[in-house]
Parts: sequence; C-alpha cells; structure tokens
Amino acid sequence: MHDLLGYAVFLAALTAGGWALAAYMQPVFTGGRSLLSPALGPVERGFYRIAGIRADQPQGWKAYALSVLLFNLLGFLLLYAILRLQGALPLNPDAIPAMAPDLAFNTAISFVTNTNWQAYSGEAQLSSLAQMAGLTVQNFLSAATGMAVGVAVIRGFTGPRGAALGNFWADMTRAVLYVLLPLSLVLGLLLIAQGVPQTLSGAAHVTTLQGAEQLIPRGPVASQVAIKQLGTNGGGFYGVNSAHPLENPTILSNMAQCLSILLIPVAFCFLFGRMAGDRRQGWAIFAAMGVMFVAGLAVIYWAETAGSGLGANMEGKEQRFGAALSALWAAATTAASNGSVNAMHDSFMPLSGLVQMINMQVGEVIFGGVGAGLYGMLLYVVLAVFLAGLMVGRTPEYLGRKIEAREVTLAMLAFLSMPLGILGGAAISASLPAALASVQEGGPHGLSEILYAYSSAVGNNGSAFAGFGAATQWQTTALGLLMLLGRYAIIVPMLAIAGALAAKTRAPVTLGTFPTHGPLFVTLLVLTVTVLGALTFFPVLALGPIAEESARLAGQSF
Amino acid sequence: MSSHPHSRPHTGLYATALRASVAKLHPRALLGNAVICVTAATAAVTTLLALRDLATGAPGAGVNLQIAFWLWVCVLFANFAEALAEGRGKARADSLRATKAETMVKLLAQEDDPAPRLVASGSLRAGQLVLVETGDLIPTDAEVIRGVASVDESAITGESAPVIRESGGDRSSVTGGTRIVSDSLVLRILAEPGKSFLDRMIAMVEGAERQKTPNEIALNILLAGLTLIFLLVTVTLQPFARYSGIAIPVVTLAALFVTLIPTTIGGLLSAIGIAGMDRLMRANVIAKSGRAVEAAGDVDTLLLDKTGTITFGNRMADAFLPAQGVIDRQLIRAALLASLSDDTPEGKSIVDLAHRLLPADDKPAETGAPIAFSAQTRLSGVDLPGRRLRKGAVDAVERFTGRHADPGLRARIDEIARSGGTPLLVAQDDTILGAIHLKDVIKPGVRDRFAELRAMGIRTVMITGDNPLTAAAIAAEAGVDDFLAEATPEMKLDFIRREQAGGRLVAMCGDGSNDAPALAQADVGVAMNSGTPAAKEAANLIDLDSDPTKLIEVVMVGKQLLISRGALTTFSIANDVAKYFAILPALFVAAFPGLAVLNVMNLHSPQSAILSAVIFNALIIVALIPLALRGVRYAPAGAAALLRRNLAIYGLGGLIAPFLGIKAIDLAVTALGLA
Repeated sequence: MHDLLGYAVFLAALTAGGWALAAYMQPVFTGGRSLLSPALGPVERGFYRIAGIRADQPQGWKAYALSVLLFNLLGFLLLYAILRLQGALPLNPDAIPAMAPDLAFNTAISFVTNTNWQAYSGEAQLSSLAQMAGLTVQNFLSAATGMAVGVAVIRGFTGPRGAALGNFWADMTRAVLYVLLPLSLVLGLLLIAQGVPQTLSGAAHVTTLQGAEQLIPRGPVASQVAIKQLGTNGGGFYGVNSAHPLENPTILSNMAQCLSILLIPVAFCFLFGRMAGDRRQGWAIFAAMGVMFVAGLAVIYWAETAGSGLGANMEGKEQRFGAALSALWAAATTAASNGSVNAMHDSFMPLSGLVQMINMQVGEVIFGGVGAGLYGMLLYVVLAVFLAGLMVGRTPEYLGRKIEAREVTLAMLAFLSMPLGILGGAAISASLPAALASVQEGGPHGLSEILYAYSSAVGNNGSAFAGFGAATQWQTTALGLLMLLGRYAIIVPMLAIAGALAAKTRAPVTLGTFPTHGPLFVTLLVLTVTVLGALTFFPVLALGPIAEESARLAGQSF
Repeated sequence: MSSHPHSRPHTGLYATALRASVAKLHPRALLGNAVICVTAATAAVTTLLALRDLATGAPGAGVNLQIAFWLWVCVLFANFAEALAEGRGKARADSLRATKAETMVKLLAQEDDPAPRLVASGSLRAGQLVLVETGDLIPTDAEVIRGVASVDESAITGESAPVIRESGGDRSSVTGGTRIVSDSLVLRILAEPGKSFLDRMIAMVEGAERQKTPNEIALNILLAGLTLIFLLVTVTLQPFARYSGIAIPVVTLAALFVTLIPTTIGGLLSAIGIAGMDRLMRANVIAKSGRAVEAAGDVDTLLLDKTGTITFGNRMADAFLPAQGVIDRQLIRAALLASLSDDTPEGKSIVDLAHRLLPADDKPAETGAPIAFSAQTRLSGVDLPGRRLRKGAVDAVERFTGRHADPGLRARIDEIARSGGTPLLVAQDDTILGAIHLKDVIKPGVRDRFAELRAMGIRTVMITGDNPLTAAAIAAEAGVDDFLAEATPEMKLDFIRREQAGGRLVAMCGDGSNDAPALAQADVGVAMNSGTPAAKEAANLIDLDSDPTKLIEVVMVGKQLLISRGALTTFSIANDVAKYFAILPALFVAAFPGLAVLNVMNLHSPQSAILSAVIFNALIIVALIPLALRGVRYAPAGAAALLRRNLAIYGLGGLIAPFLGIKAIDLAVTALGLA
C-alpha cells in the first residue's frame, strides 16, 4: 500500500513536471520568448555570432538530416580521439592509459547515439578529461540531438503546409542552453547537497576503521549524473551506475534521478500537443505511453515483491532502495532509453527481465529517449492510423495530413530496423563461438543476456544484464554498429516522413475525420505497439525469460 | 437501376474461377502479390522437403505433407478470391462484347451526301461522317450533327426505354453499341474502333486495365514490410532454438512463417478492389479508374445541381391565393380553365392541383379558344364565350387588366417571391382574381440523405441558377449546408478550387459541355451518360442512368471499399496473436515442458497444433471471400462511431476468432487422426 501510494505520487509529480516543462519549452522551440530569455537570450545570440549560425534560416528535411549526421559524425571523431589519447592529455590524475581501439569505437558511438552502453568501467578506464570533455559533452549533445530531431519531426507533423523543419543548429543550441543546462544545474546542486562528489582531484586515499588502505575513486560525479538522467543517457560515473552509494546516496537523490529520467520525454508528449494546437493530441500519446509504462511497472513490482516465494527478491538490489524503488527505476530506465540502473537487472526475476526487454524492443517508445521517444511513437502512430484509418472509409490521415505510400514505405523502413538489429544481432551472437564467450550462464538466462544486450544497443538504452561480457572485440564492434542502426535508421526516415507530411495540405477536421485523441485511439495505439512491436519478439522471449520463468515455477533454476 | 442478366454469380462462374485460380499459379501471375508469392514459394520448398522426408521415411512426413498441401490451398484460395471477383466482371464484359458485332455502316462524304458508301465498321476513323437509320447499330462513339432520333441504349445502361438523341445541346452524344429505334441521324465519329467508350468499359469491367490505387499501393507496401519482418522472426528463430538445444524442422518454421504473414488480407486485397468496381458497375456507374472510386470515399464536399438532384426540376403549383372579394372556387376554376391547354409542366401542375381541390361534381366543362403563351404578352389562357381568362407573370397580368393587385394580394405575392417561389396572377377580363403559388418541390427523402451525409462529415453545396433569395429558401428547405446562387460554370470552377485550396476533396456531377472544366477540376467528377462527349471525357465516372443523386451512392461505395480493406487488414494482423499461442508452445514444449502454459487453447499435440494453425490460415481466406466481394456492411455514421464498431468487430474479433477456430480444427484433426 505504501509502495503504491509512492508510485501514485511519483506519477503525479512526473505528469505535472512534464506538463510544466512543455509549457516552458514551447516558446523556446517556436521562436517565442521564454522564461529564461532575458538571461540567456544574449548568450544565445552571442553564440550564433561566434559560430556563424543563422538561426532563422529554415532547413528542409534533407538539410536537417544531413546536419544531424554531420554533427554526430564530428562528435564521434572527437570523442574517439579523446579516448585514444587520454593517456597523453591533461586532467588525468590517476594516469589512466589510452582506451583500446575497439572499445573506444564502441564507447564513442555509444555516447554519440545517446545509448551510453558501457563496455568499460568508468572509474578505472577514463581520465577526468575524458569524463568531462568527452562523455559529459556528448551526454549534452546526444540528448540535444534527440530533442532537436523530436522538435523538427513535430514541426513537420503539425506545422502549416510547406513549413520547413526548423534549423538544426538553432534547435541544438536552444535545447542545450534553455533546457538541458538549467535543469542539470538544478539537479546537480540537489545531488551535491545529497552527498554526491563533485571534484577535479582524483581518487581519495583513506584508511578504513580496520586500518586498511582504501582508494575511493572520485571526480566530477554530480554534474555527469545530472545530465545522464535528464538526457536519457544513463552512462554513470561509476561502473555500477546509480547503485553506487556515491552516485546515488539517498532516497531523495534516488527519486530526483528517477523523475529526471522521464521528465523530458514526458514533456515532449505535451509539447507535441501544444505545437499541434490541439493539446488533446499530446494527452493521447502521453496516455498510451503511460498505460504501457504502468502495466510494465505493475509486472516488475509484482514479480520483485513476490520474489521466489521467500519474500521480496533482494538479490542485486541496494538495501537502501528496496524492491519497490528498484522496480520503479527498472521500469523507468528501460521504458525511457536511459539505461542507468540502481539495481542489477541481471538479478531481477525472469518476468521483470521480460518487461525490461519488451520496453526496449518496442523501440523505446514508452516515453523513450529525449525527443526520440516521441518520434519513435509517432512512427507507431503512422502505422496505427494507416491500419485502422481505412476503417472509417477515408484515406488515413493524421492531424489532417494524408498517410500515403511514401509515408508507409518510410515508416516500414524505420520499423524494420528494430527486428533486424535485435533479432539479427542476437541470432548471430547466439550462434558464433566468438560471441558466445560473452555469455556467463547457460540455458534460457544466457539467451536473455544476449537478447537484453542487443535490445539495449538497438534501442539506444545502454543498460545490460551484468553477466554479459560486453568487452570482447566481437561484441564491441557488433553492438557499436547496431547502436548506429537503432539511432539513425529511425532518425532519417522519421525526418523524411515529417518532411513529406509538411508538404501536404491539411484537410479540415470533419465528423468524418479519424479521431486521434480519446480513449479509443489510445487503445488502438497501445494495441499497435503490442501486436506489431512486442509480438515480433514473442518467439525469442519464449525461449528466454518466459522459458526461465516457467522452469522456475517448475523448480528448475539457471 | 436495372439488373443485368449476366451479372449474377452462378455455378459456371465458380467453375471458371476454380480453373482460373490454378492458372494463376503461374509465377508471373503470382509476382503481382508479394504476400501470396512468398506463400507459394514457401509452399514449394515445403513440398520438396516433405517429399524428401517421405522418400527417406523420416518421422512426421505425413504431417509435413499435409502442411505443404494446406499451404498450397492457401495460395489457391487467394487466387480463387481474385478470380471470382474478376469473373463477375468478365460475365458483364461478355454481354457488352456481344453488342460489338462488326457491321456495315453508311459512310458519307459530306453531311448531305445522297449516296452513302457501305464500309465495315472496323475501318471507321475519327472525324468521318456516317448515316444511321432505324434499326441500325451505332458503330462507335459519335456526336450527332444532324437529326433527332430515339435510341435504345439498353445494351449499355440496361434501361429499356429509348432516349432521344439530337444535334446540338447536351444530348448530342451517342455511344457505340446502342441502336436507333426510329428516325435517322448523321454522326461524326469520335472514337476509333477499339477505343470507344464500350471498349474502355469492357476493359474496365474485365479488370484488364486495373491499376493499383494509391491506398492499395500503400497497403501493399505495409504488407510486404510485415512479411519481411516475419521472415526475420522465423529465420532468426532457428539459431535461438539451437542455442536452447532445440532443432526445429524447416517445414515447421515454414508453417510458422506463413501463418504469421498477412495472407488473409494479402489474398483478398485485389478481390476487394475488383468487387468495389463491380458494385459500382451494378449501380450502373462506370469508373474510368479505381483511383476515382477511392477518392469518392475521401470526399469532403459534394456539389449538387439543384434541378434534378434536390428538386424535381419543375415548379409546381402549390396553392391558390384569391384576391380580395374573390371566393376560392372562382379563382381555382379560372386557373384550371386558363391552364387546360397549357402543356408545360407548370400548366399541368396547376390543372392537377385544381382537380384535387375542386369537388368532383364541380368541374368546369366549358371550352373555348386557347391562347398560347407568347414572348410578347407573356400570358396564356383561354377565350370563352363572353369572357377572357389569362394567367401569367405578375407584371404581365397587371398590364393585361390595367389594374394593380390589391394590397392584401400584393403582400402575399411578395411573400411567395421571398420564400423562393414564383407567383402567377390569374385574371378574368379586367379583374385580377388571385395568385397561384408555384414552387420548386424538394424530392422526398433528400433532406434525410443530406443529414446522413452531414453525419459522415460531408458538406453538401447546392448549385443553382436561381437568385440568392430563392436559392436560400430552397437550400433551407432541402437542408443543404451551403449554396451557390446564379451559378455560372466559372463560378463552379472557382468554388471547387477554393474548396481544394482549403484541403477539401470535391465531388460534383454534370452533363453539359460547360461543366467540363469543373468536372475535370473536381476530385470526383460524375458525368451523366446523356451528357456531351466533352463532359464525359472530363469526368472520371460516368453514370449510365444519368441520375444526379447517384453521386451519393458513389461516395458510399468508395467508403465501403476503403473500410473493407482496413477491416480485413486489421483482422488479418490481429489473427497473429492466436497463431503464436498455437505454434510456439508446440515448437518448444519438448525442451521446456513449463512452456505448456502458453498452450492456452489446450491443443492436442504439437503436430496437431501446427497443422490446425495452417488449416485455419487457409480456411479463413475462403470464409472471408463473401465479405470481400460484398464489402463490409456500411451504414453512414461519423468516423468515431465507425471506428468503434469496426475495431470491435474486426480488431477484437480478429483476436478471438482464431483461438476458437484453431481449437475447433484441432478437435477435428485429432478426431480424424490426421496428426
């Protein structure tokens, strides 16, 4: 009862926070004056002057997509260089050597694509410079990329006929300056107040009460944790992420981080409704995501508190958070493509693992990544509207725009990338001897470890089952490439769909128009995600977590 | 509307369709349909594997052969659906082709050539002149340049009453295949043999020229994409299963694959399209392209001519209004006598109304010299012994009598004009007896029809040459949403362009040559078959009955076509849930006995489960053929209501039906000992 009340408060705070943030973000991304414009306006304009950006110059979808790809390519090259050269660069108090090429490749892609899959252990393999100038910078930029694409897609879906998708460089600047930086500042300060370290000096040498010498790794932790949560990045300072007592010391820091994971993705739903000029559209998408989130949370909570009949399952969990808060975090971090953890997902009950995997496999659309969750869900909206829209006797339309062959082709292309990446990648990994070396355990749980890793990479989530050895050359390379697929094979077609829709006349709403708000549409959207998204993975899930659960019920364990 | 003897399906049709469905197994025919093509390829591989098993005596060969058999059946059923739909069109085409006999025609060198030359109809070229006389078949599409004749168009329209065709005006076009009943015409040939309206019609109904419509193309892409996804699902399942220590026979994987891909809608998609065109055909409307039928479902605004669509077209007497000091009966008797020899529809309606109002024993029997209407006097009437009765426009009668209507009558005359009616005055010598109220009579049921359209979200706009006052009154009475008064062809065109600029799709019908630009501009243009060649050329649909209200029916057929496609697609995809639950436990239960919990249907054995799913997959196609051909039931309603209803029937139904169906088949398969 206590737990449920806590969940209810959490969801209410999340909804209110997202709603308020959307109200704040609307002028930021539509050229109006926002709350922080008086303070940040001059900074923004000064930045444009230095960078030579003409913020009012609109881009079509191709130019926008090209800007995204170019900018992210440069980000990748920069980060790769830092990781390879960190041994020779300053701000390396613990004298950490250069990262191996394949691991640096994997890590650079991982942070540029907002996945933050960590095949390394941060405190042991990264210098402070790499953490701050490398990872933290990409934490901001990859999140801002997702937000910019999200906003551009919204413009295409909702704008007037012939509208451009906006200017990528201006959208990036505004996302960082007006949204990510202020929010990170607030969250960072809160975390510091809760005891999270923020220092440029290296590890602390302490003598324990027993008189032993201990090395406690420290660094700019609070700043990185703030953006890792707000930007659905998930890459922690410490290898064990937010389960580490210095990364997430208290219940309050835990709740603040958990809220931050979902805050911007939720706000994007409402921003969509606001920019569409019909807030009900935003509520409908929020409701569809919310229903699936709560359903997933319910299963995880039930599975974890019930455990295996001997009380709650506490294996791999922090005593200070308990089963309920670990369940909430697990649902949030896999639904949003965050990937940070406050408990070890490997040790969750099989059914919880099932939900976590489904959250990622449907394409990270249950709130999903910042911006990415919304445009991912709009992909399903296009499919749902096309499938059921014909049933009202008209060519399917969404927000007055007809969904025709071009949009369906692009949507199917984007949609294919999930099963292709996850099933294809996992299938190869389950057959190749070189790949099988990464699996710690046999039987269905081993399959789950592989499947989880590939779902996480393609969904740009970044969390993992702990037993999975991600640092082999095969896995770093394969997962790295699939992170690219999961990110850009959706971004580019979605921008193309937005561009195609923007070119169309908006038909006026009549009684004959397919209604895309209200419970009926929410149900339809949830069913589409379930039947098209989740069912694709049903066969392999049956061999993984479902087989494990059914065997567990029969008294067999893996 | 009349029915055609050949359009009803009969046993011969089924036999032909069965033969055609085998012929459609040819790879080239299969390539047009991605889902069915993939199914056929899978069936072929499965057959080879099953035969190999049979030869080597491997276990399970019997069930594998059955699976292969049912995969082929699935392909054949899909072919059968298409062939049956095409067959109905072919039957109609054959009856049309019968009228296309090669005949000798009388070719004229010039319009008044006294000595026509006999040539074969096949040699005619556009622009040549021919003479057709009583009993002659009109060789091809032509324009009448001289003469008036009655023409039997029943071969094309099914309407047995002959129609008048004459030179000039809007009734100057004749269609190849029709026959002159009386008199003769000089025609200028418009279409070369093989390119006439009749030829196009035959090609259309046969489906030879059928091109995929935009929605159909988009749907095909979606289905191909889903097929690709399920291919990934089944192909990757093998390594996953091997990892788990399970070996899945390829035949079983093939069965899983075919049951998951959307074979139901894939198999019925083209049948739905052809059947939609056929429904239109049976409503006696010829679509020049499938695109127009689909666009009809999308229409937001209907432009309807007032005359003939909303009103009967003729003003009719509605009431007699006596002047001061005149008794009703005196006015009615005078109006009756003044109209007895008036042959115009207005005159007849005055006589009708007078007869209805007068008691049977009080009919005037006087006769006199009729005075016909003339443009100078604008009066008509009768000169009886000792008195002259006249009726006509208000100012004309006032001039005839030299008096003005009394103020009471004047007020009522103004009221008639305001209400959109036409007042006539009746006078005896120099006395104004009273007024007749002529009004446009709205066709019965029209109001309800418009209310239905409004509920569907379609706006109706009335087009009329009347002045705005009259137009407004009739618009209000008929219940249209808007009107365009004193409409000229340019105004119509402008109006359509404005609507389209606002994102609306517009449908209209017309018959005159001056309608052609508007018909071409409209998204859906229906030309009357009686109309001019220009109008028919510009339109994308032609109504053989020349009934302007048909536009509404066209919209309904278009919507029904789209709904049928959406409903069966939803049904097909929803089916997959049950198939997963039938096949997956069957595949894995040997390795993971716990997965028996997924066998919610409690199917007898893994073999029977897989076989039942495959059989269900094939049978559901044949079970849904009638629905595909008939179209999903459609009652006009708003989109929200339609969605709720169809989602409940085809979405929820699609989830539940296969659970029941597969279970039933499993019981049968087990009872028969097939697996």
